[in-house]
Amino acid sequence: MSDVLIRAKGLSVGFPIGGGLFNKQILKAVDNVSLDIEKGSFFGLVGESGSGKTTLGRALLKAAPITAGGAHYSDGEVDYDLEKITKDQLRDYRKRAQLIFQDPYAALSPRMTVRDIIAEPLEVMKLTKNRQETDARVREIAAKCRLNLEHLRRFPHAFSGGQRQRISIARALVSAPKFIVADESVAALDVSIQADVLNLLKQIQSDMGLTFLFISHDLSVVAHTCDHVAVMYLGRLVETAPTRKLFTAPRHPYTKALFSAIPSLDPDDRGSAQKLTGEIPSPTNQPSGCKFHTRCPFVLDHCKQVEPKLETDGTGHDVACHRWKELMAPQAA
Amino acid sequence: MTALIDVQNLTLKFRTDEGLITAVDNVSFSLNKGEVMGLVGESGSGKSVTAKALMHLNAKNAVYTPESKITLHTDKGPVDVLSLRTPRELNIVRGGAVSMIFQEPMASFAPAITIGKQMVEQLQLHGDYSNEKAKRWSIEMLDRVGISDAAKRFDQYAFELSGGMRQRAMIAMALSTQPKLLIADEPTTALDVTIQAQVIDLMKDLVAEFHMGIVFITHDLGVVAQTADKVNVMYLGRMIEEGPVREVIRNPKHPYTQGLLAALPKLDDLDSPLTPVPGDIPSPLERPTGCVFHTRCSKVVGDVCKAVEPAERRIDATHKVSCHIYDEVPA
Repeated sequence: MSDVLIRAKGLSVGFPIGGGLFNKQILKAVDNVSLDIEKGSFFGLVGESGSGKTTLGRALLKAAPITAGGAHYSDGEVDYDLEKITKDQLRDYRKRAQLIFQDPYAALSPRMTVRDIIAEPLEVMKLTKNRQETDARVREIAAKCRLNLEHLRRFPHAFSGGQRQRISIARALVSAPKFIVADESVAALDVSIQADVLNLLKQIQSDMGLTFLFISHDLSVVAHTCDHVAVMYLGRLVETAPTRKLFTAPRHPYTKALFSAIPSLDPDDRGSAQKLTGEIPSPTNQPSGCKFHTRCPFVLDHCKQVEPKLETDGTGHDVACHRWKELMAPQAA
Repeated sequence: MTALIDVQNLTLKFRTDEGLITAVDNVSFSLNKGEVMGLVGESGSGKSVTAKALMHLNAKNAVYTPESKITLHTDKGPVDVLSLRTPRELNIVRGGAVSMIFQEPMASFAPAITIGKQMVEQLQLHGDYSNEKAKRWSIEMLDRVGISDAAKRFDQYAFELSGGMRQRAMIAMALSTQPKLLIADEPTTALDVTIQAQVIDLMKDLVAEFHMGIVFITHDLGVVAQTADKVNVMYLGRMIEEGPVREVIRNPKHPYTQGLLAALPKLDDLDSPLTPVPGDIPSPLERPTGCVFHTRCSKVVGDVCKAVEPAERRIDATHKVSCHIYDEVPA
C-alpha cells in the first residue's frame, strides 16, 4: 500500500482581503503544506476552526485557489497536476473527486426528489446514455447507502438527519469517484446516528476501494475511523502520523492539548488535564516563529523567532516542534 | 439542600396543522440549589422544550395540560411558573431568578447594539441600577468570566469577539442579574474542544461561587460526566432514566442510555467497532405506542413493550428507569 493517490507539495492557499487596489493583504489559510494520501486510506485531518482544514480539503478538490506549491493526483488511470490542470482534465477530475458536506439539512435541495438529487451528478456530467441507465445506477448506489425505492420518490424534508446524510453520501458516490473529501460529515448528527454513518463510510470505502480525506474536529471520531491523521494549526501541518502512533504517543504540544481537552466520560476524572489557554490567533495577524507559541506551555524565546520545520523520522510520524524530543523524554513529563 | 425548582407531570403539546404534537410527555423532576443537572437526549427528544417551559418561553401554539406544574422557589416564596401571564410577572423567570445561555452566542446578541448596552439594559429591567452602577457591575462580570480588557469589550459589538469570547460574554450577561437557576442549552456545542474545556471550567467555578442551580442541556455524555451532579435522559418527550451522574454513566439501566454510551467512540479502546443505536428517532407525528423506544430497542420483551407504556421503576433511592425489563423494587 505504498501507492500515493494525492501528493501535496508546499501547498498554499491565500485569499485577498480588504484594502484597495494597491494595498491588498493576503490571508494565508493554508501555508506550505506537504502530505501524501495513500490509495485506499482513510486520512484524517483535525484542527480547531480556523486551522485551515476545510480550505486544504477544498484545494485538493481544486475548489480553492492554490497560490503556491501544488498537488498531484494519480489513480493509475490518470495523472493530474492540480495546479496546471486543463479544463478538460478538470471536468474529468470532478468525477473522480467528490465532496460530502457537513450539514445534511443545507446540502440537499428541498425542491428535488431524492432520486433527482442522486441522479443530478450523472446528468450534469453526462455519465449515462439514457434514463434507464441513470435509474439503474441511482438504484444501485441508493441500495448501497440503505435507501429503498420508496425513499427515492420522497423529498428531503421527510427524512431524519442520518437518512439525509446517507442521501448526500449516495450523491457523492454516484459518479464512481476514487477520492472523497468528507468535511465534518458526522458533526451535525446525534451520537446514536453518528456511529451508523461512520460504519457506512468505512464499509463503502472497503467495498469500492475509495480513498477518504476525513476532516473533523472530533478526535475520538477520527481515532476510530482513520488510519492516518494530520493535525493542522493556523494553516500549518504540525504533526502527522499513523493513527495509533499519534494517539498513543503524540509529540506536538498542540496535539497533546487537543487530547486532554476531550471531556472524559469518567465523572471522577475532572479537570486533571492540562488545558490550553487563549484562542487560535487570527490568520490575518499571525504570530512570528512557531505559530503555536502564543498558547504553548513549553514556549522558549527560540520558538518565538524561528519557525520549526516538519521533521520526518522515517516511520511516517512527522512533527513540527523545536522541543518535541526533550518533551517526549521521561523526565519532562 | 433546599429545593429550587420542582416540575410535576409536565406535558406539553404543540398545536400544528397536522394536529397536536406531543413534545414533552408527563415529565417530573426537581433540582436543588447548587446542583447541576445534565439533561441528555437526541435532537427531537424534547430537552430544549422542557428547559424553555421552565421560563414559560415556548411558542404561542404550546398547550400545557392542567396537571402540568412547575414551581420555582424564590427568596419571596414559591412561584407557579405556568400561571404567570403578564410581562411584569414573567420577568421573574426570564432573566430575574432564571437565566438562559444559548448554543449560538452570535444569534443571541443583537448585532447592532454594543455588548455593554445590552448588559445594562437587562440589569435595569430587573433591578434598581443607575447607568453608572450598571456599567460598573457589567464590566466586573465580564472580567469575572475571564474576558481580558473588559472595559474595552464593554463598548464592542458581538461580531468583534471570537466564538469563545462571545460565549463568555453571554455567560457574564446571564449571570449579571444573579439568577438562582441557570439554563444552559448546549452552551459548548458550537465551540472547539480547547475552548469547550475552558468554558466548562468557568461554569464549574461559577456554580461554586454563586451557588446556583444549573440545568445543562447537551447531547455529549462526556460534557455531562465533567459537569453534572445528576443526569436525566430523555427520549421522544419521555424521561426514561434519571440518577446521579456516576450511577447513570457507569451503570446505565435503560437500553437507550446503554446504546448512547456504546455509540460513543472511546479513545482508550480503538479496536472495538462503533455500535450505533439502530434505526432513526421516529417522527413526533408517528409516536410509537407502548414504550416510545420499542422501535429501536434491542431488548424488547414480547408484546408488552409495544402495548404498555412502562412505569417508572426505582433501581435504588435515586436511580430511576422506565423500562419493562426491570421488575419493580418496592420503595
